[in-house]
Amino acid sequence: MAHRRTATLWSLAGLAAVAAMVPAQFEVFAQTPAPAAAPIKLGIVSFLSGPAASPFGIPGRNGAEIVLEALNAGTAPAPYNKVGFGGTKVEAKYVDEAGSAANVVTDFRNLVQRDQVDAVVGYISSGNCLAVAPVAEELKALTVFYDCGTPRIFEEKARAYVFRASPHATMDSVGAARYLVAKKKNITSYSGINQNYAWGQDSWRDFIGAMKVLAPKAEADKILFPKLFAGEFGAEVSTLLTSKSQALHTSFWDGDLEGFIYQEQARGLDKRMTIIATTGESSIWRLRDKMPDGTIIGGRGPHGPLAPDNAFNKWFSKIYTDRYNVPPTYPSYQMAQSLLGLKLAYEKAAAGGAKPNADQIAAAFKGLTFTGPSGETKMVLGDGHQGIQETAYGTYRFNKAKKEPEIVDVMRFPAECVNPPPGIDADKWIADGMKGAKC
Amino acid sequence: MQSRASLLGGLALLVAAALAAPFLPDWMVSLATIAFANALVVLGLVVLWRVGLVSFGQALYYCIGAYAVALTGRWTGFTDALALVLLGGVGAGIVAASIGFLLARYREIFFAMLSLALSMILYGVLVKTESLGSTDGFSVATPTFFGYAPHGAQLSHWLYWLTLGVDAIAALLVGLYFRSVAGALAAPIRDNEIRVEFLGISVSGIIHTKVIIAGVLGGLGGALAAMSIGHVDPNMAYWTTSGGFVFVTVLAGSGYVAAAFVGSLAFEALRSFAVDVMPQLWQMTLGSVLLLTILFLPEGLGSLVSRLRQRRAVKP
Repeated sequence: MAHRRTATLWSLAGLAAVAAMVPAQFEVFAQTPAPAAAPIKLGIVSFLSGPAASPFGIPGRNGAEIVLEALNAGTAPAPYNKVGFGGTKVEAKYVDEAGSAANVVTDFRNLVQRDQVDAVVGYISSGNCLAVAPVAEELKALTVFYDCGTPRIFEEKARAYVFRASPHATMDSVGAARYLVAKKKNITSYSGINQNYAWGQDSWRDFIGAMKVLAPKAEADKILFPKLFAGEFGAEVSTLLTSKSQALHTSFWDGDLEGFIYQEQARGLDKRMTIIATTGESSIWRLRDKMPDGTIIGGRGPHGPLAPDNAFNKWFSKIYTDRYNVPPTYPSYQMAQSLLGLKLAYEKAAAGGAKPNADQIAAAFKGLTFTGPSGETKMVLGDGHQGIQETAYGTYRFNKAKKEPEIVDVMRFPAECVNPPPGIDADKWIADGMKGAKC
Repeated sequence: MQSRASLLGGLALLVAAALAAPFLPDWMVSLATIAFANALVVLGLVVLWRVGLVSFGQALYYCIGAYAVALTGRWTGFTDALALVLLGGVGAGIVAASIGFLLARYREIFFAMLSLALSMILYGVLVKTESLGSTDGFSVATPTFFGYAPHGAQLSHWLYWLTLGVDAIAALLVGLYFRSVAGALAAPIRDNEIRVEFLGISVSGIIHTKVIIAGVLGGLGGALAAMSIGHVDPNMAYWTTSGGFVFVTVLAGSGYVAAAFVGSLAFEALRSFAVDVMPQLWQMTLGSVLLLTILFLPEGLGSLVSRLRQRRAVKP
């Protein structure tokens, strides 16, 4: 008897667990019979917690918030001056990217199927982008990745509903190698220190590959892969001090970059070799005069101080700085650029007047060329789903008079100079000598 | 008679859960699939918990199960879901059987730390394997069911039913094990190992068996989760993943087999709800729930049932 009751109790407990999910469900039902001017719903996914939140996640999220506000107010410069997307206001739902791949995929499904968003814009981790892409295809959900770097997304499989306006990470390493070789023509040796995970490994593989093409006589000396978030680099600095390399490549970011910069300066490593920080731009506003002068700085494309001097850039960096009291860094630019691209695609698809569906927006986004705060984006790779942009590298200098970081001696490389041509995998392109690069 | 009643109750619950799938929204079915796949790992932890052992490295088996599925699909193109799940379970079981010789000698914090260390070795190896995408991982081929290849909502329903089926069999077998002599010895071993040894029973043998059971369950859970997520990465072997399973075990308690499933579903639902409502503070919600559980339900959600039963028993 007692056990029968137990079974009933367990059934009740199970029902209660299901019921816990139901309120959110009712919300959807309540919203479905919406009035004609129902807002367009976007899911914005970015790291809101964890180590990648402060350097990338929050600047990306803030970039989305400020751009969507301006779009809804209709105050963005032409051709982005229509209210919202094609006259309809845009509503954003912000979701944290932190957690396992299972969490990220579950939250993506929740956005698409429960909250019924019209598009998802987001994702910083390449692993998360790789996990989300097949689900987006399966659900036929329009998805725009904004920061993740791996070229594998469109190289492994053709995608119909997934887009990435930001160029993939190959450009960052190839651009760094081109800048280094242009500035140090007689380089004989270089070293690398990168975090031991996919981003660090990929960055170094592309960089050493590009260096082998551009400066075949130069040798890679010390190749170091400390673990992710090691924070302490005493042994690595000692090793590097024994090297005669003229340059040091690093794709470190945030805490590891700042920790390394502090620790190496105490021992004068940057006096012996030039540091090339491919994501350095995202840290200059915090490091300020602690970043050594002469460091070669990249920002994963023409963003921030490396962005072109156009009206969109002036508009974006002003509204962002006014709101958050700090200039936007590259994740904010990538987010702004992705949202503006999506807006144009939406408006192109909505030209008939009716609200476009995911297929129509995807067809309009494919192969689109548009100009935003970080210049021109051409959606040419991955069958028109992957954007390319020019990139820029420069040399860091802290302007003591103005008390502001500066990037001087900037070199710009055209998009076709640092990105593989359509149809060729990035790894293969570099290994084969970067054929077809137009510089 | 008692076991028959709970068997019938469990069967009714299973049928209800299986029949509900087409009527539930798709996102809920996917969420429940992942929750029920993870519940198998939790069930394994419950098996260990009963002898007073906590493994902070259960993600090792979870990851082995997941990678077994993903690698088989990648290298051979074989995609039959049921066979892959069994492969994941067997693979993890073999690993558990071999490291069990070492693990079965340790207790308490030493057992926890050693299991954690072993799972971190796998994590380290996978991170260094660039051909498998390092920390980015790689995707899992879409599973098929005896030659039938469903898509979209159909696929999530089939995966859900497969998970329910594996769960039901696992719950039944673990339930039987708990009632067997070896299973019933869990509490005596926890209380006084030496006495059990004096009865002529090999304690390390029993613990070795439990490590294998927990390993197989972990592998099955990982295999099902990999197919449901469609992606594997080394994070599946990371210690925070193991910590997450221990969290759910604490939430569920070790009193009942069913507690693992309800606890896991409650946890996934809670996480999903917290992310939805408080995108920046969801971890705090989860933490508060764990704290409150430890304070007011030290035996886990399962103890709610026994408490209610006691209260009824007192009343005439």
